[in-house]
Amino acid sequence: MKDIQVIESTQTTTRQKISAKNVKVSYGETIAIKDVSVEIAPNTVTAFIGPSGCGKSTFLRCLNRMNDTIDICSVTGDIRLDGENIYDRNVDPVQLRAKVGMVFQKPNPFPKSIFDNVAYGPKIHGLARNKSEMADIVENALRKAALWNEVKDRLENAGTGLSGGQQQRLCIARAIATSPEVLLMDEPCSALDPIATAQIEELIDDLRQNYCVVIVTHSMQQAARVSQKTAFFHLGSLVEYGDTDQIFTAPVDPRTESYITGRIG
Amino acid sequence: MSKVTPSLLVRDDRTKRRNAAERRFRFYGLGAIGIAALALVVLLTTVVSSGVGAFRQTYVTLEIALPEDKLDKTGTRDPDLMARVTTFGYAPLLRAALIRQLAELGITTDLSDKHIGEMISKEAVATVRNHVLANPELVGTTLTIDVLTEGRVDGYFKGRVTMESAALDGNTSPEALEIAQRLADLGVIKTRFNWRFLTAPDASDQRPEAAGLGVAILGSLYMMLVVLVLALPLGVAASIYLEEFAPKNRLSDFIEVNISNLAAVPSIVFGILGLAIFINFGGLRQSSPLVGGLVLTLMTLPTIIISTRAALKSVPPSIRDAALGVGASKVQSVFHHVLPLAAPGILTGTIIGLAQALGETAPLLLIGMVAFVREYPAPYSETAGLFGEAATALPVQVFNWTQRADPGFAERASGAIITLLVFLAIMNIAAVLLRRRFERRW
Repeated sequence: MKDIQVIESTQTTTRQKISAKNVKVSYGETIAIKDVSVEIAPNTVTAFIGPSGCGKSTFLRCLNRMNDTIDICSVTGDIRLDGENIYDRNVDPVQLRAKVGMVFQKPNPFPKSIFDNVAYGPKIHGLARNKSEMADIVENALRKAALWNEVKDRLENAGTGLSGGQQQRLCIARAIATSPEVLLMDEPCSALDPIATAQIEELIDDLRQNYCVVIVTHSMQQAARVSQKTAFFHLGSLVEYGDTDQIFTAPVDPRTESYITGRIG
Repeated sequence: MSKVTPSLLVRDDRTKRRNAAERRFRFYGLGAIGIAALALVVLLTTVVSSGVGAFRQTYVTLEIALPEDKLDKTGTRDPDLMARVTTFGYAPLLRAALIRQLAELGITTDLSDKHIGEMISKEAVATVRNHVLANPELVGTTLTIDVLTEGRVDGYFKGRVTMESAALDGNTSPEALEIAQRLADLGVIKTRFNWRFLTAPDASDQRPEAAGLGVAILGSLYMMLVVLVLALPLGVAASIYLEEFAPKNRLSDFIEVNISNLAAVPSIVFGILGLAIFINFGGLRQSSPLVGGLVLTLMTLPTIIISTRAALKSVPPSIRDAALGVGASKVQSVFHHVLPLAAPGILTGTIIGLAQALGETAPLLLIGMVAFVREYPAPYSETAGLFGEAATALPVQVFNWTQRADPGFAERASGAIITLLVFLAIMNIAAVLLRRRFERRW
């Protein structure tokens, strides 16, 4: 079994950022995901869509091992980031999460200043040698998250005092401050109003230049707007995966068609 | 059911019954609060009315002649030689001073000299002797000094003793009280605030007027320090581990149940444990604040653990996710984010735990802190070690005084309760203020 893996790893093309093979996740007795295999390309936005409870968030959380925090959760199968198995025994999830950042459903800034929120990641990973470097990193991250102009005069104010949309962009800034390679977003707009949503979507499109973005969304329109690749999950399995245009215009699987036309889910 | 659609302006029977039930419940609630408040008011008024006297004390100003031939026969003014004159040598001087002052002021009485002398506290003799030994040059002069009056005279000025009760009392007489009243009118006897009550050590059965809380307050303070230094880090570390790191399995469930059980163990059991383990087995000193603090630490730990765990639980999981999401390790997420957010809760729990420990009596009785202690305990000494010198504690002092015969001690006990309540109130207010100050919203 080990030998096979070694051979596979040498053969894995580096063109794909993340490649998952036969991933199975179960919470105790309950199976959440069965046999999901996905290849995620760099510099693309990949959207996971599907009805509630279909396992798309669970799968997303496998990609940076956030599921490790749940005791009863077990993951089998093979997930590779740049050809390296992230569930290898030698992989420290802390290092992995510095490479694979995450933005959550509900904006969750730390109850600290805006500056400290963004500076926290670089600080614990030792990315800045001095204060001015740190200030640069923070400014950069806030600029990339399209928040700099709104908050540059009040970096010392509490991050929790911002509006919902600003908070979510602050969380994105926090995630990209550690310069990750992949950005995972778990329904980043579900708690936001349409205007804030539009801002975040625009931002996601910009982020594609530098990062590989994986987004879970409930809104099919959002998936259609921001992503190049779309994966449709249903009842724990990956039903269809392909170019977004193709999924939304010419789905192959009847379940995909039912879902995007609003008959299931 | 009537066919006609009921009007909204008329309440139907169901609504009336429901409203009546609501009114009844509000009434019960108000009643419950009223009874609780009444109990508190009764408790406080009783304690304050009987204890407030302990904070005032009656003194008599004596002009005492200090003859050299009685106090310093050698004439060397050497304190070591002068110390050979015991309090028995001083007692006649004080009595003579009072009798002479009565004569000078024109107060005549049928009272024997012995009984006049008994109006002065037995403590006064020691006060004067210590004063003279500290200032040997006073010998041969006349010393003007305020000394304590006897407990009954003191009680008369606080309303505890009346002419009627004095007539039935073998230790005083209405004549003595009349003299005291005349002296008070002339300003020789005065009642003023009693700092000694908070600073002086305990006194023997015959002199309640001299008893104070000094040793008890020091003992309680030392114990609180021991409890704080031991219980806070232990409790917080244990709860962080249990809440954030421990795997959820049978063993951690078992530990959790037993921590709750520990919180329900009667406090006297901890006293027995302290006696058996710390004193008999560990060889620590009896009556020492160290042992008291260790026993109270054991008692306080479950309180701190339970409140700390509740505080940690109340931190939203999204904060943990956020920290882990940017690549913080588990320990970093706990110490950088979760713990600061839980701090107000931990602090409140700790202070409430300390307040509980401060008021605890039973376990301290078993480890010998009920002893009569007149020496101020030093925090550290060569022979006894850290917090090893014998001390008492505030609640134990209350217990101790309520068992003494002289009614003066009942007043002192209530005064000690007031002191204890004030300390507890300060701690609880501090808990509330700290909570408000450090509470963060998210």
